[in-house]
Amino acid sequence: MTLGGFMLRRLASIIPTLIFVSIIVFSLQQLIPGDPAIAMAGDELNDEAVQEIRVKYGFDQPFYVQYFKWIGNVVVGDFGASYRNKMEVLDLILTKLPVTLQLAVFSMIVALIIGIPTGIIAATHKDSFIGTAANLFALTGVSIPHFWLGIMLILLFSVNLGLLPSSGYVPPWEDLRQNLLSLIMPSIVLGTGVAGVITRHTRGAMLQVLSSDYVRTARAKGVAERIVVSKHALRNALIPVITLSTIEFGQLLSGAILTEQIFSIPGFGKLIVDAVFFREYAVVQGVVMVTATLFILLNFVADILYFVVNPRMRSANG
Amino acid sequence: MRYKLAGVLAAASLLLSGGLASAQTVMRIGLNDDPDSIDPALSQAFVTRIVLTTFCDKLFDIDAKLGFVPRLAESYEWSEDGKALTFKLRPNVVFHDGEPLNAEAVKYNIQRNQTIEGTFRKPELAPIKSVDVVDELTVRLNLDAPSAPLVSIFADRAGMMVSPKAAEALGVNFGSAPVCAGPFKFVSRVPQGRIIFEKFKDYWDVDNIHIDRVEMLAVNDPTVRLSNLQSGQFDLIERLSPTDVKQVEADANLKLARAPDIGYGYVQFNVGNGARAEKMKDQRVREAIDLSIDREALVNVAFEGLYAGGDQVIAPGSFYHDERPVQKRDVERAKQLLKEAGQENFTFEMMVRPDRDFQVPAQVMQSMLAESGINMVINTTENVTQLEAARQGNFESYMSFWSGRVDPDGNTFAFYTCKSANNRMGYCNPKVEELLTKARQTIDPEARKAIYKEALDLKYHDRPDLSLWYRQLFMAMSSKVENYHLFPDGLIRLQGVKIN
Repeated sequence: MTLGGFMLRRLASIIPTLIFVSIIVFSLQQLIPGDPAIAMAGDELNDEAVQEIRVKYGFDQPFYVQYFKWIGNVVVGDFGASYRNKMEVLDLILTKLPVTLQLAVFSMIVALIIGIPTGIIAATHKDSFIGTAANLFALTGVSIPHFWLGIMLILLFSVNLGLLPSSGYVPPWEDLRQNLLSLIMPSIVLGTGVAGVITRHTRGAMLQVLSSDYVRTARAKGVAERIVVSKHALRNALIPVITLSTIEFGQLLSGAILTEQIFSIPGFGKLIVDAVFFREYAVVQGVVMVTATLFILLNFVADILYFVVNPRMRSANG
Repeated sequence: MRYKLAGVLAAASLLLSGGLASAQTVMRIGLNDDPDSIDPALSQAFVTRIVLTTFCDKLFDIDAKLGFVPRLAESYEWSEDGKALTFKLRPNVVFHDGEPLNAEAVKYNIQRNQTIEGTFRKPELAPIKSVDVVDELTVRLNLDAPSAPLVSIFADRAGMMVSPKAAEALGVNFGSAPVCAGPFKFVSRVPQGRIIFEKFKDYWDVDNIHIDRVEMLAVNDPTVRLSNLQSGQFDLIERLSPTDVKQVEADANLKLARAPDIGYGYVQFNVGNGARAEKMKDQRVREAIDLSIDREALVNVAFEGLYAGGDQVIAPGSFYHDERPVQKRDVERAKQLLKEAGQENFTFEMMVRPDRDFQVPAQVMQSMLAESGINMVINTTENVTQLEAARQGNFESYMSFWSGRVDPDGNTFAFYTCKSANNRMGYCNPKVEELLTKARQTIDPEARKAIYKEALDLKYHDRPDLSLWYRQLFMAMSSKVENYHLFPDGLIRLQGVKIN
């Protein structure tokens, strides 16, 4: 099978997936208790005013009518508007996307820089103290609550040492230095969590590859261990790690809810939490649709990468 | 040569601008939550009032004792029959876009607040039937009946004047680029991110403004907000948690401002709203619950003793507060009342929001009631779900908080008249309704106070709800901030404030 054919087949499967996602997103919203009209009206408006809101936003209509109306608008790029701050949902998403994207990329870099070497060490020293320490490190990364780590970092680096800004986000085009400084701690908090997962998978994949026949052959031929690990084993072991990393990256894109709350970073996470609390259906649906689409596209990219790095895929699919 | 000269000039201008930039006084404020639309007509959240105060002056403001002081209006005057209220405006006031603030602009604002799609000001302005422009700086509001609370309405969001030209141009999107007549003008806002303002050079009281730029950012967690203040990221943070007060007091780099709040925590009972009203109908049961609570102990445990235990809906500090002692605990009497009501093993459910400030007092209350033999079941319910259940009458009782209004009408009429919006209890006592309506129409404060006492004494006897505590407001700031005064409404007024 050619790469082009493979891409077409994958693309064709994306559309039904997106339709399915849109239905799920829309249904889940209906299941959340609490009437959005009441959330909008708050404490002070009377029941007639609530009913007016319900009619105006179409909450009184049957589920399928609301769904088709919404999806019809989404197709032409109209995600509706936030009733709280009156902004168009698409504008909100476009404002937040670069922030979330930058945080996700930085966190992923932290995760990969820590995760892959630690995973390799854990695999190559599996029976020694160093291997156990690497494993422990991975486990700690996964287990430490983001909230706690975030506050501890703020206390250390902002309150005590005064080295890093403790909150907020400055766009890179306004002040690049401040932008980078403001993302160091959030990226570490998010990155260490993902690093733990990557370490464990790298270790598993490396162990499997290191015990395979071709590695034994390489060793038998007298290839230096360093070369065996870095050239022969790592390349193959990285295939599942690439897949995992794209999935993890996709999850980072859906918003790092707690981390964004702690560091007051105006990304998807903070947006979606506020939207759920205020029953801003349009915002929640818009953000989830966009992140789901990004997630699916990332998987598509991962599939292509997989196809490129793994020649067996071509024959298997052919 | 020409290039060299240009280079030198560029470098000089850079240096100069750098010098100017560093001389700017910036006030960075940490907010508790992200504001909704920063449009006086469309905003609902408390935090938005703080943001609006930065750039939208009101016709009147309050002072520390909840009296009214002139701002954009210099004075007000009631007609003999109380059916007309006349404002005299301050001369030579302009909006941030240079438009004049005159009687026409005030008329436009009142009409906008009454009619714009999604307005939250409509109920507040309902008494106004028409507005007359008497002259350039005089405007008269005509009413069907006297409405004593009206002046206080213009000391809040309805009194914040927006530029008619900008409002016309932006419609419901006015909050995206608001234009008012306050000390600072709006620069930019990133939702869930920073909101930036800069000093308005043509502000009518500009000599009193010593800050060049204001930056606001919401940090939801109080501990993180405080850490930001300690690290110098903020100069001032609002709504400091009582549990953090000691820490601020112990820190030489920080200062604390405190003020009694006009808000109060309360429990409402369902006494007549739908199918679940039966349980709490017996006044003796509600009185037994009231008598089982030790309010002082409750605030000591739940709020570090920093709030005040209280049983009224008009907080101390208000002219209308009734100077009587707080209801004492009397477990024996409570038990006796339950016996008389035939409810010796009484069990009821209370909806409580998940926030700490509700959960802890609810748990304290629960253990106090247990001593009278009352089993209170806490049903943790998130805010919107609670609002919905309350509207539908799907509750036996719930704990909540009312931010309070400067005028007593805002804490009484909407709660205790039979069909009003905030009366989720289904409470209806025609005598109370009659008195509250009369109080609303009585302009003379002394006479009004007597009417409120009579109405609220009846309400306190009926006990459709119980006030439990009056909040104290705490703001923490860097010791560099000078001259900041906290008023009972919890807003941040930057007039006179300096940063050294």
